[in-house]
Amino acid sequence: MLSFIARRLGLLIPTFFGVTLLTFALIRLIPGDPVEVMMGERRVDPEMHAEAMHRLGLDKPLPAQYLDYITKLAQGDLGESLRTREGVWEEFLTLFPATLELSLAALLFAGTLGVIAGVIAALKRGSLFDHGVMGVSLAGYSMPIFWWGLLLIMFFSVYLGWTPVSGRIDLLYDIEPKTGFMLIDTLLSEEEGAFKDALMHLILPAIVLGTIPLAVIARMTRSAMLEVLREDYIRTARAKGLSPARVVFVHGLRNALIPVLTVFGLQVGTLLAGAVLTETIFSWPGIGKWLIEAIGARDYPVVQNGILLIACLVILVNFVVDILYGLVNPRIRHQR
Amino acid sequence: MRKNAVIQALLAAGLIASAPLASAASNLVFCSEGSPAGFDPGQYTTGTDFDSTAETMFNRLTQFERGGTAVEPGLAEKWDVTADGLTYTFHLRKGVKFHSTDYFKPSREFNADDVLFTFQRMLDKEHPFRKAYPAEFPYFTDMGMDANIAKLEKLDDHTVRFTLNSVDAAFIQNLAMSFASVHSAEYADQLLKAGKAADINQKPIGTGPFVFKRYQKDAQIRFTGNKNYWKPDDVKIDNLIFSINTDASVRMQKLKAGECQITLLPRPADLEGLKKDPNLNMPSQPGFNLGYIAYNVTHKPFDKLEVRQALDMAVNKQAIIDAVYQGAGQLAVNGMPPTQWSYDESIKGTEYNPEKAKELLKAAGVAEGTEITLWAMPVQRPYNPNAKLMAELLQNDWAKIGIKARIVTYEWGEYIKRSKGGEHDAMLIGWSGDNGDPDNWLGTLYGCDAVDGNNFSKWCFEDYDKLIKQAKATTDVAQRTELYKQAQHILKAQVPITPIAHSTVYQPMRKNVQDFKISPFALNSFYGVSAGK
Repeated sequence: MLSFIARRLGLLIPTFFGVTLLTFALIRLIPGDPVEVMMGERRVDPEMHAEAMHRLGLDKPLPAQYLDYITKLAQGDLGESLRTREGVWEEFLTLFPATLELSLAALLFAGTLGVIAGVIAALKRGSLFDHGVMGVSLAGYSMPIFWWGLLLIMFFSVYLGWTPVSGRIDLLYDIEPKTGFMLIDTLLSEEEGAFKDALMHLILPAIVLGTIPLAVIARMTRSAMLEVLREDYIRTARAKGLSPARVVFVHGLRNALIPVLTVFGLQVGTLLAGAVLTETIFSWPGIGKWLIEAIGARDYPVVQNGILLIACLVILVNFVVDILYGLVNPRIRHQR
Repeated sequence: MRKNAVIQALLAAGLIASAPLASAASNLVFCSEGSPAGFDPGQYTTGTDFDSTAETMFNRLTQFERGGTAVEPGLAEKWDVTADGLTYTFHLRKGVKFHSTDYFKPSREFNADDVLFTFQRMLDKEHPFRKAYPAEFPYFTDMGMDANIAKLEKLDDHTVRFTLNSVDAAFIQNLAMSFASVHSAEYADQLLKAGKAADINQKPIGTGPFVFKRYQKDAQIRFTGNKNYWKPDDVKIDNLIFSINTDASVRMQKLKAGECQITLLPRPADLEGLKKDPNLNMPSQPGFNLGYIAYNVTHKPFDKLEVRQALDMAVNKQAIIDAVYQGAGQLAVNGMPPTQWSYDESIKGTEYNPEKAKELLKAAGVAEGTEITLWAMPVQRPYNPNAKLMAELLQNDWAKIGIKARIVTYEWGEYIKRSKGGEHDAMLIGWSGDNGDPDNWLGTLYGCDAVDGNNFSKWCFEDYDKLIKQAKATTDVAQRTELYKQAQHILKAQVPITPIAHSTVYQPMRKNVQDFKISPFALNSFYGVSAGK
């Protein structure tokens, strides 16, 4: 097991460097520099431009800039935003709880509904329900997030008035951010009704963000379940006279969930990518929106290190999933 | 089971409770478009940054009247100008208090030291505060103030004197602009001593109508009404909240749903839906902006006047107003908007005449099928909501007179950089007024000094330039008006640009918002505004 972990860890180092190099290069390939973008149609005084570029360390040759970046990174310094002049790590920490809260809610929605729908579809294979679930999940998978989000807002928020349009809470509640998780902060605050309001704000973005993972999880659960239900041990369990529920949930689902677990891990990447759009539509102050704005403002440190932090997170989650998978499946653990 | 019960109880509590702020005080939620880069107005250039700083928390020596371009006293009660126009003496207002917050308690009222700190920090690169917290002041530089202010002196606690190198007729207007917001020197000292100079950009202290409470990045900015404001009648809101929403459609939906009471200018496509909403008011006024085509006169065949005239008269402007501005625009005939003083009403629009245009091209020796590039902006701007569509219409108009326009577009930063470098043949661009002075149009956009900058036509015409320089160097308004009128006639005759439209500005708001005034400078100010239930 240890050598398995060591092998996995060994792969992380080149991945990490690849990400730093790629983000460093890509953001600089986009034309325009931060000072020019800020000035727009206005005149850019050459002297002021030179001063600003010098202060920001952008007047050095690119290899020197990359070396600076990597040296600072090795010292744990993620630099500061060129636009707001605040630390990248501090900004990330402020915004990440919002993304995490949204992603967890989306995963909860997608996981619960996806597994239930997948199991029922497998049990009723070929039925109208099965075809319905598969059809809807295909549609869900192909749904453009932006369009889907606006559609839900128009219907539920504007037409029916059931849910708020956007944001994390009605701003007439003055909630001091203590943990950064709005549901927890509203519970900690003394403001009545704030928790419910925050929960209502979470529903639509969680549905929008959870739609693609939901489709993937439902289809994956269905096919894994179908496979497991054909296994000999299920026939044996049934022959032993166990109740259908026990056969399905204890003997079937437990084994079918192994591949679904991997899918969960992979969905973290999808969720974080989806968060970029979902957060923009729902004015959700998380890291997705942060990165979009940073790209627009050519805020190099935020783009480089923000993406690096997200990449680390995705790598970490997949690493944990790999380990978990190795734990539950000896065949993976012993592969050379 | 128990957990369920707790959640149920919490939900029930939520159902019967109402938001506490809603019942206690007067609140206004403004749906803004983005997070400010910081809270030190001098460092920034955009409306998003100014709305949440200069317009809410700060004052300037002089200020623009609410909803207008006229200048009125601000922190300076009055001022004297010497006959040569080079020395300005400001008599400062007494009894003005800086904000008192949990991070700063002022021990004195506003005085001349604050003015000196504010301007010397921008003027002097060796200023101790600037050493501790290096920053650039791009707008201050852009308006030429760093080069033109020769000396700044404190005559006594309530009198300061600016001495200029050359006459700048727009000096008083420039001081009213957001970047010239006055900081507290006492607060700056406190920050410097504590080694926290950078906090000037995060924890603002001003004298303005609203006091900073809290900023949650990308989510909200909270202000409270300044109970000690020197113009108490201007503070009618207890809690002013900026709700940050980057997507324009979401802002409109939030306004309709009552989640905010006022928002930024809508897109033309949203106008109809908003007008029909019975809960909304939507005042409008002609925009203090201009969308235009700039012809690069350094490129052939645009060096020939007949060619520029031909292209100008081949543009069906009304079709553009209908399609691009969807009616929310006013036909432009001149190089600045009609609400700008010194605008010459006698100048008439060019007649739409493709036949005559063809003849002019023929006379200029331009062959049919000549190819040119037409640059279209990749972004929506207040003066041009859809440059790509406008370019397509122009392509069609010019095809009718035998000119083949190839539409070119770049990412916004690159677009500006390349066009300042003069790579284009013809391009779509525009301007929104900064300070209400005619020079901000006629000099900034078409003068010889701006050829490497905002003069996208690269047009440098001696007779014209002489007039606008002369006008800028005199403070007599009547004389300036006369000079600018002459300049406008030359501009019209020489056709370095084709003015297209001044977009009409619509400001959607809930019906409970009272006394909001649309700013010609596209800023959003909430002093003097009240919000009923």
